[in-house]
Amino acid sequence: MIKKTVSDVDKALEGVADGMTFMLGGFGLCGIPENAIAQLVKLEIMDITCISNNAGVDDFGLGLLLQNHQIKKMISSYVGENDEFERQMLSGELEVELTPQGTLAEKCRAAQAGFPAFYTPAGYGTEVAEGKETREFDGKMYVLEPAYQADFSFVKAWKGDEAGNLIFKGTARNFNPCMCGAAKITVAEVEELVPAGSLDPNAIHIPGIFVQRIFQGEKYEKRIEQRTVRQKG
Amino acid sequence: MLDKNGIAKRIAKEVKDGYYVNLGIGIPTLVANFVREDISVEFQSENGVLGMGPFPFEGEEDADVINAGKQTITTLPGASFFDSATSFGMIRGQHVDLTILGAMEVAENGDIANWKIPGKMVKGMGGAMDLVASAENIIVAMMHTNKAGKSKLLKKCTLPLTGVGCVKKIVTNLAVLEVTENGFKLLERAPGVSVEEIVQATEGKLEVSGETPEMVV
Repeated sequence: MIKKTVSDVDKALEGVADGMTFMLGGFGLCGIPENAIAQLVKLEIMDITCISNNAGVDDFGLGLLLQNHQIKKMISSYVGENDEFERQMLSGELEVELTPQGTLAEKCRAAQAGFPAFYTPAGYGTEVAEGKETREFDGKMYVLEPAYQADFSFVKAWKGDEAGNLIFKGTARNFNPCMCGAAKITVAEVEELVPAGSLDPNAIHIPGIFVQRIFQGEKYEKRIEQRTVRQKG
Repeated sequence: MLDKNGIAKRIAKEVKDGYYVNLGIGIPTLVANFVREDISVEFQSENGVLGMGPFPFEGEEDADVINAGKQTITTLPGASFFDSATSFGMIRGQHVDLTILGAMEVAENGDIANWKIPGKMVKGMGGAMDLVASAENIIVAMMHTNKAGKSKLLKKCTLPLTGVGCVKKIVTNLAVLEVTENGFKLLERAPGVSVEEIVQATEGKLEVSGETPEMVV
């Protein structure tokens, strides 16, 4: 067994530096690497390029990094729900690259799987395709999209073991598996870290080969963005 | 004239037994409330769930189980969770049978704009570009005119496009329309709405042939 555990978040984020590109898992606030984000705030890492589907809310998730002006560029598919983000974008402080959601996921997976680029129909004929190579296959037009290149991937899983194997829960899975092994170093934080052999190999979502460092997060707030319920009876 | 629930109710009739359906945010979300109970349908949410159920009972919310609108949801028997790349594989690979989404503008050639108002609103396209570029069967749910009373069914979209030539059917508060090679084709009119009112509210080319039946909602 190749051991991937590190003692804490300090060790997990060793080597992060100003100007780097990070992938961060999560959809809205669901399945975000809360502890890694808190550590980036603490370390005051600046001029970050973030690849993340969303940008958090004003006071949580990536919103915490935005508040401190640590993000230079955001690559996302949807950035509503965040006033500070909108302010920084409209004032030109923040560079923003909006990407169709499926393309964003696939650009991560392509990096993970060793594809330099792929063709997708998404965005053809729109401003997203401007300046990009297009090609026809079977009468339909496609846009060439390159894989991402990133320094670190920060992902969050439900359970993980010492070997770096990961299991996700519910829709907290989202972009996290696509980002594993898609950057030079993948750091996985989990709610529960267990000894190797405790997880059923049949149940593993992401094999440990895609993960360089794993640690158990100190705490998880798991904030709900839109609490919608129905009444009993 | 229909209200938002009326539009959703009419669209629900397009949902057939055995369909996997992706619902956008807004009016499309309401469609789930009106689908016949005697047919089998699974709702997909692009953040990674098939087999979405209703909102949870109070106290049973799970922060790890949400829909694309970031609302807490439940799952039904037969549901599954998956990652974002797999989710869009379902969409791009045309495994989802029906996509219902909102729009700011639709053009007579089927172009759609729904993600950006330059200088005003820049929230992003989310999954809309992937959905409209891939789905075979797209229904747009929207009001026929905007708040200023201007037609949303145009000769040409004025806002940045989400996709080109992809919309097949539109259900508005006034009518059901199809997009054909000759522009919009009027299929049905909403209860109490005249053909003349629909013609007035449609800027793009509109084909009206014979008697236009009133919608059964």
